[in-house]
Amino acid sequence: MTAPLLEIDNLRVSFPTHTGRVEVVKGLSFTLGRERLGIVGESGSGKSMTGRAILRLVRSPGRQVADRMVFDGIDLQAQSERAMRALRGARISMIMQDPKFSLNPVMTVGAQIAEALRVQERLPHRAVRARVLEMLEAVRIHNPERVARLYPHEVSGGMGQRVMIAMMLIPRPDLLIADEPTSALDVSVQAQVLDLIDELVRENGMGLILISHDLGLVSRYCDRIVVMNAGEVVESCVASELNNATHPYTRGLIAAQPRMEETRDELPVLDRSAWSGT
Amino acid sequence: MSAISFRNVDISYGDTKVVEGAGFEVAEGESFALVGESGSGKSTILKAIAGLAPDWTGEISVLGQPCGHRPDQAFAERCQMVFQDPYGSLHPRKTVDATLVEPLVVHGIGNRSARVVDMLAAVGLDRRFRFRFPHQLSGGQRQRVAIARALMLEPKVLLLDEPTSALDVSVQAEILNLLKRLRREQGLTYLMVTHNLPIVGFMCDRMAIMNRGRIVEIAPATALHDGAFSDPYSRELYAASGGNPDLEQTL
Repeated sequence: MTAPLLEIDNLRVSFPTHTGRVEVVKGLSFTLGRERLGIVGESGSGKSMTGRAILRLVRSPGRQVADRMVFDGIDLQAQSERAMRALRGARISMIMQDPKFSLNPVMTVGAQIAEALRVQERLPHRAVRARVLEMLEAVRIHNPERVARLYPHEVSGGMGQRVMIAMMLIPRPDLLIADEPTSALDVSVQAQVLDLIDELVRENGMGLILISHDLGLVSRYCDRIVVMNAGEVVESCVASELNNATHPYTRGLIAAQPRMEETRDELPVLDRSAWSGT
Repeated sequence: MSAISFRNVDISYGDTKVVEGAGFEVAEGESFALVGESGSGKSTILKAIAGLAPDWTGEISVLGQPCGHRPDQAFAERCQMVFQDPYGSLHPRKTVDATLVEPLVVHGIGNRSARVVDMLAAVGLDRRFRFRFPHQLSGGQRQRVAIARALMLEPKVLLLDEPTSALDVSVQAEILNLLKRLRREQGLTYLMVTHNLPIVGFMCDRMAIMNRGRIVEIAPATALHDGAFSDPYSRELYAASGGNPDLEQTL
């Protein structure tokens, strides 16, 4: 087996409150190869903070510590801020939830994608333009020349999200972190965007961390799943084995979801006392 | 008599027509869903009923009485709305008690304290929440308050605009159960907007599928079991929502 792409051991993220520091991620460990890992949890479970911590993007006064955080042989914790900046985007990139707030409203789509590339590589103007158009085509935008000239407010949500994906993938990263990449989108567009991420990840042999609250979606698009609750991993399993999950929290989550062929009169509600003291 | 009746309704915002030729009937005691993607006009239909989208033509009536073009007091006693985002729909500087009492004051109804206590019990909120502010409540608790507020005037029809889409799965289950129980206990009629088809399967009897401002199909909720939709768009939406046997197994 090849060396893992990302190794995380005992990651802790904490924030100060007036009653002392509160840990939002409590000792998370996993290794990731060139595969698709899903992190699932409800709000406040620490799943997004985990994604940010990998890029060392936890803002002060938040603090992150880990026993080990190694990406492709590089110790992420030992890197200077400057070295981290060279890693972010180029080797590890992150797709955020909402294109409306993540794209620069006063720059055209094409210029933004070109910027993402220029920060990482020095290329002649013409080559940059060619790569941008090629990337837009790769995310299935049919008329790349026209779309490259548009501003973010002129594109739809689904197209905006594809532009974000193009931006994140153009430097050809090794690891893609997608934090709720489709929760701002309609169901029909959701599937298209995820299929697209899936295809690009497979073709380029990248690693993917898909962070979502949607168990069904994650089990469809990932190889392995980590279920988080209150900052801790409660279950870690192969996606196809999700139905045989053992932890009461995971089972509760699966049962609480209405199904397409719904015949139950009442949905089972999570009994939070079953696994935690609070 | 049907609870909600729509006949050939067009709704516009300025020069833009967002709903065209909408027509459907919701029977008393029925739970009816409007499904579709964003921008399909489903929330606009609710707003037109509530008088919040005044620019419409056609016929809208609730419980046999024609609707006006602006909110009016008599209408509020028959029909109330619950909004999507419990973080935005409650007044941040009002306690739960003040929020629930307000409709009673406006409508000059007495015995307020007892009514508030009863309503908190009905939506499953402990009495200690009565004098809290919205920021001291979780999302699910806030949505319970929003539902309680809508029910204070004992309306017969409830308009629900994506009541659970801002909530976590486990909290969503609690709110859906609550809505289902309240409907059974109080004989309510629901008109619910959602983009989540499985929720329709759990909560509703029938649904209207909307696309680009038009109702393309009205189908029974049982169509979700076998995919018996006649319109191509409905079938597309059904497939995109994971409505096929292969995907169901993975869940």
